[in-house]
Amino acid sequence: MAELLQFVFSGLTVGAIYALVALGFTLIYKASDIINFAQGEFVMLGGMTTVFVAQAGVPLPLAAGIAIIATTAIGLALHRFAIEPARGATPVALIMITIGASIFLRGTAQIIFDRRFHSLPPLLGADPIQFGGAAILPQSLIVLASGAVIVVALWLFIERTIFGKAVIATAANRLAARLVGVDIRRIVAFSFAVSAAIGAIAGVLITPIALTSYDAGTLLALKGFAAAMLGGIGSALGAVVGGILIGMFEALAAGYLSSNYKDAVAFLIILVVLVAIPQGLFGRAKIERV
Amino acid sequence: MKTLRRVTVAAAIGVLGMLSAGHQASAQIKIGSVLSVSGPASFLGDPEKKTLEIYIDEINAKGGVNGQKLQLIVYDDAGNADNARTFATRLVEEDKIVAMVGGTTTGSTLAMIPVFEDAKIPFISLAGAIQIIQPVRSWVFKTPHTDKMACEKIFADLKSRNLTTIALISGTDAFGKSMRDQCIAVAPGAGITIAIEESYGPRDSDMTPQLTNIRNKAGVLAVVNPGFGQGPAIVTRNYRQLGITLPLYQSHGVASKQFIELAGPAAEGVRLPAAALLIADKLPDNDPQKPVAVNYSRTYQQKTGQATSTFGGHAYDGLMILVQAMQRAKSADTAKVRDEIERTKGFVGTGGIVNMSPTDHMGLDLSAFRMLEIKGGDWTMIPGT
Repeated sequence: MAELLQFVFSGLTVGAIYALVALGFTLIYKASDIINFAQGEFVMLGGMTTVFVAQAGVPLPLAAGIAIIATTAIGLALHRFAIEPARGATPVALIMITIGASIFLRGTAQIIFDRRFHSLPPLLGADPIQFGGAAILPQSLIVLASGAVIVVALWLFIERTIFGKAVIATAANRLAARLVGVDIRRIVAFSFAVSAAIGAIAGVLITPIALTSYDAGTLLALKGFAAAMLGGIGSALGAVVGGILIGMFEALAAGYLSSNYKDAVAFLIILVVLVAIPQGLFGRAKIERV
Repeated sequence: MKTLRRVTVAAAIGVLGMLSAGHQASAQIKIGSVLSVSGPASFLGDPEKKTLEIYIDEINAKGGVNGQKLQLIVYDDAGNADNARTFATRLVEEDKIVAMVGGTTTGSTLAMIPVFEDAKIPFISLAGAIQIIQPVRSWVFKTPHTDKMACEKIFADLKSRNLTTIALISGTDAFGKSMRDQCIAVAPGAGITIAIEESYGPRDSDMTPQLTNIRNKAGVLAVVNPGFGQGPAIVTRNYRQLGITLPLYQSHGVASKQFIELAGPAAEGVRLPAAALLIADKLPDNDPQKPVAVNYSRTYQQKTGQATSTFGGHAYDGLMILVQAMQRAKSADTAKVRDEIERTKGFVGTGGIVNMSPTDHMGLDLSAFRMLEIKGGDWTMIPGT
C-alpha cells in the first residue's frame, strides 16, 4: 500500500510539472490556433533568469518577479517580430516559426547564461512530508496548487471579462470578430504575453524539483504538449488533468512494469486515448456548420 | 583600373601565401588535433583545446622539442563523427602532421582510427571508451581512464566494506548506458551480485518509483548510480527523501562541485571514484601525482580564468606523453615516436601513472581513481584508496 502511495506521489510530482507546462499552450492555441513550440523555452527562461538574477545578489522573490517580467517581454517580442510579420500564413507555417524561435532562444540562452545545470531553493523547505509510509516534497504540492490557481484565473478571465470574450470570439471566427471591433492583433499579442508569463512561473516553481539548464525546454515542451493534447488542447482544465494523468502513467509504469519502458507506456496510453477520443478528454469537437 | 586591382589582389594573395608557407617551414613538428570545441561535447573539447594551446606555447617558449618548434593544427568537429573523419584525412594529406592528440568523443575517435592506422601516424585519443584500445591497434593510444575502471574501483570499495549485494540504477543516456554495461560485465569477477536493476531518462524529474522498488528489494546492501548530468543529483535527493539509509555510490561522471551544489545536503555521505586532479589541493604531500595535478590546475586557472576539469587534464597527459616520446626517440619520425609512446613507463600525469606496453595502450591501473566521500559539502579522500 505504501508502495502504491509512493508511486502516486511520484506521479503527482511529475504530473504537476507537466500540467504547469501544458497550461502555457492553451491560451495561445485558443486565440490563434498556433501550438507554440517555444513554450518549453519560456519555462527554461523563467528558471534560468531567476537563477542568474539571484546569483547577482537580488533577493529570490524579486529575482523571480524580474524573470517573469523578462520572459513576458520575450513572449511579446516573439509575437511582434516573428508571428505578426507572418500573420497571413497558415497555422502550420506559424508553428514552424515557433520551432525556429525555440531553437533561437535555446542557443541564445546557452551563450548568455551557461551550459551547466542549476537549481533553486524550494519555497517551503526541502524536508519531505511523510504520509502513510510514502514521502512527497512540499514543493510538489505548491506546483500542483499553482496549476489549480492558474486554471481558475484563466477561467475567470475568459468567462468574466470582455477581453476574455474577445479571445473566444477571435478563436471562433477571426473575420467576424474583427467586424464587431475586436483588435485581433492585440488579442494574439496578449495571449503570447500571458502564455510566456505562465511558462516563466512554471519555470520558477519546477526548478527546485526538476533542475534547469539552457536545453531543459525541449523535453518539457514535448511532455507538456502531450499533456495538453490528452486533456484537449485549448482547455485549461484538460491541460492539468492531462499532465497529471501522464505523470501517473509514467510513475505506475516505472513502479509496476519496468523503468526502461515507462515513457513508451505513457505515450502508448495517450495514443489509445486519442484514437478513442480524438479531441482529447476535455476538448470540444469542432462542429462545422454548412 | 579593374585589372590593376585584380593584379594587386592576386599579388597580395601570393605574398600572403609565401609568408604563411615560410611560417610553416620554420615550425618543424606538426601536431594535429580534432576536438569537439563547439556542439554538445564542447564542455569536453573546449578545455582540451585551451590546454593544448597553453602547453604548446610553453614548450616552444622553452625551445621546443629536440631543437624544433611545435606547431599545433586544431580542427573543430562540433561533436560530429563525420566531420572528425574528414578533418583527420585533411590532417594526414594536406597538413602532413607527424602525430595526433585529439578525438574528444568516443564516436569521433572511432571514426578517425582507420585514417591514422592507414597513414601510420601515432594517435593519442582523449575519449573514454575501452573499445578504442581493445583490441590493441598499433598506432592508437588513449589517456583517460575507462568506465570499466570506475566500476572496478567502486566494486573494490564495496567488497572491502562487505557490501556485496547491490542495486544498480542508471541513466539511459550514452554515459549511463555504457557504464551500466561495463559494471554488469565486471560484477561477477569482482564478487558483486546485482540484485535489482532500474533505469531513468536523462531528463526525468522524479526517480522515487525506481528507488521505492530498490528499497523494497530484500538483501540489497548498497546502491550504485552510473550517470551523468542532472539525473544523479535527483536520484540522490529522492534517495534521502525516501529515507533510504543504504550507502549510495555515484560515478566519476558527477565528480564536480556542481553535483554537490545540485544535490545539496542529500549528497552527504555519498561515495564516488574521481581522478586525482579534482582534489589536487587535498592530495597528501607524498602523493606522486600532487605536483603535476597542482601545477596543471594552477596554470590552467591562471591562463583561462576557468575551473580545471579532468578533460583538459587528458589533453595535457596526451601531449606530454607524445613530447617525452619524441625526446626519447630524438626525432619526430612517426614509427620511432610510436615505439617510444608504447615504451612509456612511470609517466606521472594528471589522470594517473601511465605504464604502457604492447598489450596496454592506456597504461592506467585502478590507482588512477581515488575514492571520495562527500562530507560537510566538500570532498574528503577515503584513506587507503
